[in-house]
Amino acid sequence: MSTTADPLHAALASGERPPRPGRFSACLTFGWRGMLKIKHVPEQLLDVTITPVLFLLMFTYLFGGALAGSTSEYLQFLLPGILVQSVLFTSVYSGVTLNTDMTKGVVDRFRSLPIWKPAPLVGAVLGDSVRYALAATVVVLLGLVLGFRPEGGLSGTVAAMALVIVFACGLAWVFTTVGLTLRSPSAVMNSGFMALFPLIFLSNVFVDPDTLPRALEVFVNGNPISHLVTATRGLMAGEADAGEIVFVLAVAAALTAVFAPLTVRLYRRAG
Amino acid sequence: MSSHPSPAIEASGLVKTFGDTRAVDGVDLSVPRGAVYGVLGPNGAGKTTTIRMLATLLRPDGGSARVLGHDVVAEADTVRELVSLTGQLASVDEELTGRENLILLGRLLGFRRARAKARATELLAAFALDEAAGRLVKHYSGGMRRRLDLAASIVVTPRLMFLDEPTTGLDPRSRNQVWDIVRALVGQGTTVLLCTQYLDEADQLADRIAVIDRGRVIAEGTPGQLKASVGQGAFHVRLLDPADRPGAERVLAAELDAPVQPEADPAALSVAVDDAERAAQAVSALARAGIEVANFSLGQPSLDEVFLALTGHPAEDGDRAEQEKEVPA
Repeated sequence: MSTTADPLHAALASGERPPRPGRFSACLTFGWRGMLKIKHVPEQLLDVTITPVLFLLMFTYLFGGALAGSTSEYLQFLLPGILVQSVLFTSVYSGVTLNTDMTKGVVDRFRSLPIWKPAPLVGAVLGDSVRYALAATVVVLLGLVLGFRPEGGLSGTVAAMALVIVFACGLAWVFTTVGLTLRSPSAVMNSGFMALFPLIFLSNVFVDPDTLPRALEVFVNGNPISHLVTATRGLMAGEADAGEIVFVLAVAAALTAVFAPLTVRLYRRAG
Repeated sequence: MSSHPSPAIEASGLVKTFGDTRAVDGVDLSVPRGAVYGVLGPNGAGKTTTIRMLATLLRPDGGSARVLGHDVVAEADTVRELVSLTGQLASVDEELTGRENLILLGRLLGFRRARAKARATELLAAFALDEAAGRLVKHYSGGMRRRLDLAASIVVTPRLMFLDEPTTGLDPRSRNQVWDIVRALVGQGTTVLLCTQYLDEADQLADRIAVIDRGRVIAEGTPGQLKASVGQGAFHVRLLDPADRPGAERVLAAELDAPVQPEADPAALSVAVDDAERAAQAVSALARAGIEVANFSLGQPSLDEVFLALTGHPAEDGDRAEQEKEVPA
């Protein structure tokens, strides 16, 4: 018998309840949980880091010459777009992770704790924003190595990365909703990518919309991702467009306002 | 506070349906404070669904329940402050270490960082997990995982603890450790609601038992009352050689003039007789017939027999219509 009675009784006797944690503190604790998972399985970041590298290299050197006359000119145009694409793809993982989490018993414990109801979800998205930041950093660093020169300097580049990350956090709530609706992690992944692929390709990430047929041009110009890319390009080029930035932030806020409460509701109702 | 504290749990007419299945079909419970209350039933009887409604994880479709005097729907947050849950799937995070799990919960319950760490250290030592503290929980054995699960449930000592099949899939040594922990917890004043499909577990731990079958409580009382309600005790005989069983069945039937039941064990039989003298004569009759007896006993009916008598089907044989999560044994 390895559990001796005395330490057990002592441990039972000293479990006095502290006051409830604040909302922010509970969210940060769940964010910490996300960090710990990355710490234990760092390989999970390979997806986040390698995919953007592949896309950036492939598009720059395969299509750069044909699309923009030279690879170095195309890189100036493409890099902010690849930044957006990489970070938004990463946000699908927020839904996938949540879907996986729901099959584990620990969710029952979280749901039976007297904490602010959205905390597990807000904390998870906070933790995921670290992944977004990592994906963004990989893209920008590789771009700099390949010859990308942001006119907006360090502050413009950091502001652009921050804007993309904020938008990704808004979009992540769509995927967490999907994550709680579909049955398997792979279904969440597939539907997320299936929705994102056309939205990203039918935007101004890769080509200037002026060259497109009229109907397509209208769609591309209305696509919120195009606005995000334009705002990001502006910040990185040192020509920030306040109107575009406000629009992007408004879309992120709207996505959060609709899908965050929906996610919380589904999370409480699950099981 | 009134001088008569409310019961730990008071449920009346609880109903939960999943599609066409009435998983819980009007459950009434009254659980006194400070004891172990067993909820016994086969897989799919509605135990887990009942516990999930009482622990505020599922909203009842009908009826009402109060936990320590608070309504589980209207005052869910207050209930959550007073209870803790150890679910059928161990409610710990497999992708973190044991220590991280306990610190995480300490923080979520409101401890400051240093206090959360100290509490984790204290609990890991008390549950004999200090050596495994830095390992990921997914590499833990079933018994270690269950101990961590129980430790996580008492980071703050709960007034009421829900234990859903805490020993399913555990080896006997780990099972005994879990039982010791439960007894210590009750000794400290916590009320425990224990769901189990193991009759001996309910018999060992519970002060009162409700038997649930097909979403309803079909019997309630102390283990002794339940056994008495089934009637007389039984005389159990276990033979050295299973091949002798047909012969032993004939000898016992003739000697005791009562129906002889073969048991699940191929070498064992039982007869509904509680007269020690006649039982002793029956053992001699077996010896005279050249049938060697490994052991025999005379006692109150086991809860297995109680269950069979109450439901008309054995405990292991429940229907599995309800979508309860199953843990591989």
